[in-house]
Amino acid sequence: MQSSRYDALVGFFVLLGGAALLFLALKAGNLLSLNFQDTYTVTAKFDNIGGLKPGAAVKSAGVVVGRVGTISFDDKSFQARVILNMNQGVAFPKDSSAKILTSGLLGEQYIGLEPGAEEKNLAAGDIITQTQSAVVLENLIGQFLYNKAADASSTPASGEKQ
Amino acid sequence: MIGFATAIGRGLRLKLGDWGWSARLLGTLLMHLGACLRRFSLVREQIFFLGNRSLSIIGVSGLFVGFVLALQGYYTLQRYGSAEAVGLLVALSLVRELGPVVAALLFAGRAGTSLTAEIGLMKAGEQLSAMEMMAVDPVQRVLAPRFWAGFIAMPLLAAVFSAVGIIGGWLVAVPLIGIDAGSFWSQMQGGVDVFKDVGNGFVKSVVFGVTVSFVALLQGYACKPTPEGVSQATTRTVVLSSLAVLGLDFILTAMMFSI
Repeated sequence: MQSSRYDALVGFFVLLGGAALLFLALKAGNLLSLNFQDTYTVTAKFDNIGGLKPGAAVKSAGVVVGRVGTISFDDKSFQARVILNMNQGVAFPKDSSAKILTSGLLGEQYIGLEPGAEEKNLAAGDIITQTQSAVVLENLIGQFLYNKAADASSTPASGEKQ
Repeated sequence: MIGFATAIGRGLRLKLGDWGWSARLLGTLLMHLGACLRRFSLVREQIFFLGNRSLSIIGVSGLFVGFVLALQGYYTLQRYGSAEAVGLLVALSLVRELGPVVAALLFAGRAGTSLTAEIGLMKAGEQLSAMEMMAVDPVQRVLAPRFWAGFIAMPLLAAVFSAVGIIGGWLVAVPLIGIDAGSFWSQMQGGVDVFKDVGNGFVKSVVFGVTVSFVALLQGYACKPTPEGVSQATTRTVVLSSLAVLGLDFILTAMMFSI
């Protein structure tokens, strides 16, 4: 008698706790973005990846078409080797280019893929050669100051403007 | 001089004896998992008392902590022009830290004290001795179901706290302040990792559940069987379990998130 009342109430409590965990995992966490689709891997080499992290999105035209897998350092070319897990069924021309972009001013970094014009498509294991590194704020400021200084002195000898 | 040394030695021996006794009690409680699962109705009754009855205070506190986090977070973040990140701030602070810790502190105050008082009064009324006379093990019959009920109820309460807090943060950030709902959720989903943040928060809440239930039961079981003894034990439960939760929280955070 009494214990069956407890049964129902305790059941509700456990269900509520489970629902709260599910809410945290699905709505607050990124469980939905873990995809279990088939992927093929493509490698891209960057001079500087900035703050790119494993798991970041690979977007083309703003749509997520893959995720960044592992990031490692290539000590032959002294570049960062980024493995991209591309969704199966999304094909890109062989000469597509990859850029590291930032969503918003303080947002996280992602890879933007721009399709090329080649007939053949990227296959598993291919390497994307045309890449553009992340923008590093210090370099940008350095460049800006250098240009300012060059303008101010207005000597034509400083020919290293970029 | 010799008297002083004797006092130190005696104190140390008693302290070590206490610790050993506590550790053995914890071991016994853990060993009784099988017996508790066989007679789950006892645990269920305790989950009702520890869990369901704590839901109201956990829910209301979670809601208000979420409100305040969103307001304070917005105040700081809007100075840097990134007010949209308030969702991320609320979710990360709740899931990683405040959910388990504040829920455990409330659980200690709401459920731990009642456990201590109940066990202490049972001891003062010699009910535990009576059980032993009837060849019923009081640790197995009375303490273990309460311990495992705390073990089960605490993580669920912490999850409810965090979830309600995030909803509270949403209520303040989106309808009240007017932050875009889409960026509120997407920033949150972009920054909260299911295993690293939610999973580790869950592990924390399990550890705190064990800690608070154990401290409460230990204080009740070891208290002096007098009215003063029970009242002192109840106070000690709150003080010790709060300190233990905060100390363990630091250790767990350092272990989980700094590596």
